Amino acid sequence: MMFVTLVVAAAGLALANAARVVESSAAGRHSLQIPNGARVAEAALAAARSAPGVTAVARVPDSEVRATLERWLGSEAAVSTELPVPVLVDLELTPSASAREVETRVRSVAPGARLLAYRDQLGPLLRSLQALKWLALGLVLLMTAATAASVVLATRGAFDTHRGTVDVMHGIGATDEQLAALFQRRIALDAFKGGIAGALAAGAVLLFVAAAPGSLLGDLAGGPLLRPVDLLLLALLPLAATLLATLVARHTVTKALRFVL
Amino acid sequence: MSASAGAIVEFDSVGLRYGTGAEVLRDLQFRLSRGGFYFLTGPSGAGKTSLLKLLYLAQRPTRGRVRLFGEELSDAPREAMPSFRRRIGVVFQDFRLVRHLSAFDNVALPLRIAGRSEAEIDGPVREMLAWVGLADRASAPPPTLSGGEQQRVAIARAVIGHPELLVADEPTGNVDAEMAARLLHLFDSLNRLGTTVVVATHDLSLIAATKGAELLRLEGGRLVDPTGSLRHPPVAAGVR
Repeated sequence: MMFVTLVVAAAGLALANAARVVESSAAGRHSLQIPNGARVAEAALAAARSAPGVTAVARVPDSEVRATLERWLGSEAAVSTELPVPVLVDLELTPSASAREVETRVRSVAPGARLLAYRDQLGPLLRSLQALKWLALGLVLLMTAATAASVVLATRGAFDTHRGTVDVMHGIGATDEQLAALFQRRIALDAFKGGIAGALAAGAVLLFVAAAPGSLLGDLAGGPLLRPVDLLLLALLPLAATLLATLVARHTVTKALRFVL
Repeated sequence: MSASAGAIVEFDSVGLRYGTGAEVLRDLQFRLSRGGFYFLTGPSGAGKTSLLKLLYLAQRPTRGRVRLFGEELSDAPREAMPSFRRRIGVVFQDFRLVRHLSAFDNVALPLRIAGRSEAEIDGPVREMLAWVGLADRASAPPPTLSGGEQQRVAIARAVIGHPELLVADEPTGNVDAEMAARLLHLFDSLNRLGTTVVVATHDLSLIAATKGAELLRLEGGRLVDPTGSLRHPPVAAGVR
């Protein structure tokens, strides 16, 4: 159970990190498209530069645009003079800048120009990453609930098995806390051992995945999938599971004892 | 019945029923003096074990009032019960030893529950085991002990904490006459030290051998001899 929880939690954290990196890298970045804009390109660039809040303006080289088109239109796209290649300009705006005002300025010299925010273009990807992140969180919560339920069942089983001992100890003056301590100590030890074993197995799998080349998330994040704080969080999960098991065992025993005088 | 300084147990119109069944104990009204020695007798099914359960706080009465150690415990909160139970030693008819613990650890259990340190436990437990003739079986788990040995461990566990009230259900049922006499002597010694002893038994010789004991007789859930007037009854007359 700890193995699955750790792998899912690691995936969720990696997805969250990737979404964060993608979102921050797209923040303020816009793409200006000017169809048939070769003649007005310089004027459009000047108009963009003069707009308030524009911090960077960089025309995408025609060769790069043609190379992109070549993927869909074939090798002719690289050399054809008849192909209406649009002018593409990368813009970076401050958070307070008005994209509409920038677009209006550019349109005054290049009618038909369109200003597109990277964030809007990446919207579906970001939404997918967010959905997967929440799915991972949901799975972790589900695994937590399953862990708690299995501890309840295990504790009830142990309680029934040792009912005679419980009755004897209760009869000679053991308090609920003393009896619960016996069970919670045993359950905690088992949970800790299981948690460590699951964590080691999950760690091996995560190392294997991290070392594998061509990781999509790694490419998106542009770096390690998990930050040190994430690794610390994951390392704490077995301890958290042990604590959870201990508390659940204690609650289960004390609840069962409530029906005994 | 009013509380009395000399009484360790007071029952006032006590009745007990299990679930919705008929009352197994009815209108019990008696008091046991602190430091007394009592035998509880009666035919099978008369309610002896149920009465003992009320005495060692395993059961609440369904009606009436039960006072132990001068405290009204009929409806006391269950959180208060452990501290009173620690003042009571119980010898169960079926011993109820903890199977996975050694004889030593079974006897030590009440002291550990009471929070005594291991240094305080070792000597008294070994001494007690020696007293019941089990010094060489200290490390033996109950399943490897004979019925009589298990019974002696159960008795040692009941008396190790020098309880104020000792409740024993057929404590000599599985031991020979010699050991029965030794155990009775142990109970008598504890009684002389101030422990109130209540022994449920069918063993007439045990009753006859105990001077100064009072006899409580249950029949059909009612106490026939609440006054304890049947002191040292002739075997034929006192117990049917």
